[in-house]
Amino acid sequence: MANQSYDAIVVGSGISGGWAAKELTEKGLKVLLLERGPNVEHVKDYKTATTPPWEIPHRGRRTVEMIENHPNLKRDYVLNELNLDWWAHESDSPYIEKKPFTWFRGYQVGGRSLLWGRQSYRLSDIDFNANLKEGIAVDWPVRYKDLAPWYSYVEKFAGISGNKDGLALLPDGEFQPPMDLNCVEKDVAERIKNYYKGARLMTIGRVANLTQPLEGRVQCQYRNKCWLGCPFGGYFSTQSSTLPAAMKTGNLTLRPMSIVTRLIYDKDSKKATGVEVLDSETNQTVEYDAKIVFLCASAFNSTAILMRTATDIWPEGLGSSSGELGHNVMDHHFRLGANGTMEGYEDKYLFGRRPNGIYIPRFRNVEGEQPRDYIRGFGYQGGASRSGWSRNVAEINFGAPMKEALSEPGPWSMGITAFGEILPYHENTIKLSATEKDKWGLSILEMDAEIKDNEKKMRVDMMNDAVEMLEAAGMKNVKGFDAGYTFGQGIHEMGTARMGRDPKTSVLNGNNQVWDAKNVFVTDGAAMTSAAAQNPSLTYMALTARAVSFAVEEMKKGNL
Amino acid sequence: MAMNRRDALKSFVLMMGGTMVGANVLLTGCSPENQIVGLEFSPEDISFLDEVGEAIIPATDTPGAKAVGIGQFMVMMVKETYSGEQQESFVSGLNMIKTDFKKVNGSKFMEATQEERTAYLNELNQKAMTSEDNEPKVIGMLKDLTILGYFTSEIGATQQLRYVEAPGRFDGCADYKKGDRAYAL
Repeated sequence: MANQSYDAIVVGSGISGGWAAKELTEKGLKVLLLERGPNVEHVKDYKTATTPPWEIPHRGRRTVEMIENHPNLKRDYVLNELNLDWWAHESDSPYIEKKPFTWFRGYQVGGRSLLWGRQSYRLSDIDFNANLKEGIAVDWPVRYKDLAPWYSYVEKFAGISGNKDGLALLPDGEFQPPMDLNCVEKDVAERIKNYYKGARLMTIGRVANLTQPLEGRVQCQYRNKCWLGCPFGGYFSTQSSTLPAAMKTGNLTLRPMSIVTRLIYDKDSKKATGVEVLDSETNQTVEYDAKIVFLCASAFNSTAILMRTATDIWPEGLGSSSGELGHNVMDHHFRLGANGTMEGYEDKYLFGRRPNGIYIPRFRNVEGEQPRDYIRGFGYQGGASRSGWSRNVAEINFGAPMKEALSEPGPWSMGITAFGEILPYHENTIKLSATEKDKWGLSILEMDAEIKDNEKKMRVDMMNDAVEMLEAAGMKNVKGFDAGYTFGQGIHEMGTARMGRDPKTSVLNGNNQVWDAKNVFVTDGAAMTSAAAQNPSLTYMALTARAVSFAVEEMKKGNL
Repeated sequence: MAMNRRDALKSFVLMMGGTMVGANVLLTGCSPENQIVGLEFSPEDISFLDEVGEAIIPATDTPGAKAVGIGQFMVMMVKETYSGEQQESFVSGLNMIKTDFKKVNGSKFMEATQEERTAYLNELNQKAMTSEDNEPKVIGMLKDLTILGYFTSEIGATQQLRYVEAPGRFDGCADYKKGDRAYAL
């Protein structure tokens, strides 16, 4: 029997895959969207989205059983009784940590678009030029002007709220009205601006939460429960945004429970002819044909699929002729900064739970500033708030006094956390294990990555600058903190199939096309040539929409 | 590991004699490693914990901790979220409170007035906060579980605090008057 045939296959249904499916179907292509995990239907499957606190069994605390069953997830906030099924369980999907590595994945329709932090920033030419200027890794094959129209395009559809700050290193976008800073944040922002004479800026986060409605979606209701799925469609996810658009075309077939094991590669045409799928429920293998394939399976899984493809020609897989497949693993290193308390403002409070915080764009190693003993930089995220009943009131006695004291809001405090750029080091790698397999018989990944001297030196500034800024802002009891960082913990894994200008040193060209199979595109984090310090998802959206436009033009010209 | 803890606790309970919390330690099913197997609490234990909770957060113009079933909540949390070591501290700590309370006040905790109970627990709390290792740890646990269970309960969140499920807007500079209740999360 002939394989089922589509114009295009998209592997993965998260932020990048959702965009690929939307763009391809809207351009008239018949698309098969493959997702390794189960379906999650918009609203209907957001099982805990409106659960009141008193119906949450352990009130958000972890059970001993959860901790014992999830040795990896327990390393961070992701282990939570409210959405435990949305984070891939290490028992089903293990990996090997040659060096400590945290890999948090979302294996369901929507992937991590359901779970993401929604901070949405453009990269700029300070980022795209950096590798070339500093002789690091390889040059990005694109510049800001290539991506700018695509950033605008995806921002308008996704719905990014933010403030236009007029900074060259953090270009403004097509924003919905910004969310407000609260009064303490406004005060701190003003004082930072004055203290650093405008060289440092604290602004409201640019976030994929609506402040105005979009088609089929209601503006943010300030519940701050995005990570449980939003019944209002208040934030961008595959479910709220790209999937309904793709479905509306009538051109989309969504197939959950479909693990793509490899691409089928034809060495005569030097193209992929389709994909091999392992049905995760039946363990049956099925093949689907397509004219083009978009790999959007999340950075490491897209690369793993390439590694399993065409191994008869290249033992290390499709794209390995560059010597870079699986190399240059990146993330953002963080978990350090400072916090302090703000006196006064006792007559002010917050109404509504804003799912967003402040952003302090990079100010180190920028034009006009003294260079540091490291290259690149970092930004800060955080916010101010009044404490609640969980604060420590050691001086107040049990009984009615404590009950009353804890029923009123406590003092204001503010914390900021730095997110720093990690350089693309060739020796930071992932590879398929030669011996270990998962329950479906697929070789699992082995992570071998670490931060080095540049990041470690940067971390000194990341904490000290935070302390200095909060003190300059008049905060009291300012304390720096460094909670330590394990590679991957930023949940911004990038690299391993980078874009470049030369097939000898990169896996993808400037249109995210695999040099060795021009009808295969990789548009998720794998494609990143450097990491910058900004949250990366908006860039994946822009790269994806741009690559689809290119691919469809090429198909029309008969080049694919 | 789990077996040893169970045996250790069982002997501890028997050694202390009388109606002891955790005396129902039995061979029941499996529980995670590092927890006491078959830790159970009797209805009397739960009533005792209800009164402890009420002494920490009493009824005022709104209901107190007992009204939100704090005893049940505490035993559930201890069974499911505490490690074996914490469970031991909790159980032995409660037994200590029962004995010590009688020594100090001359009557059983359950027969004392709420003022006596609150005063005793405050003393214990002060002792723990000024001791190097926060001993006896049980008082910190009782305080933590009572506050958590109360303010996240329906009564705590909606009667003692202000609960707004979908605020619909954000005001980062809302006016606040001393005495206004905090918003529940």
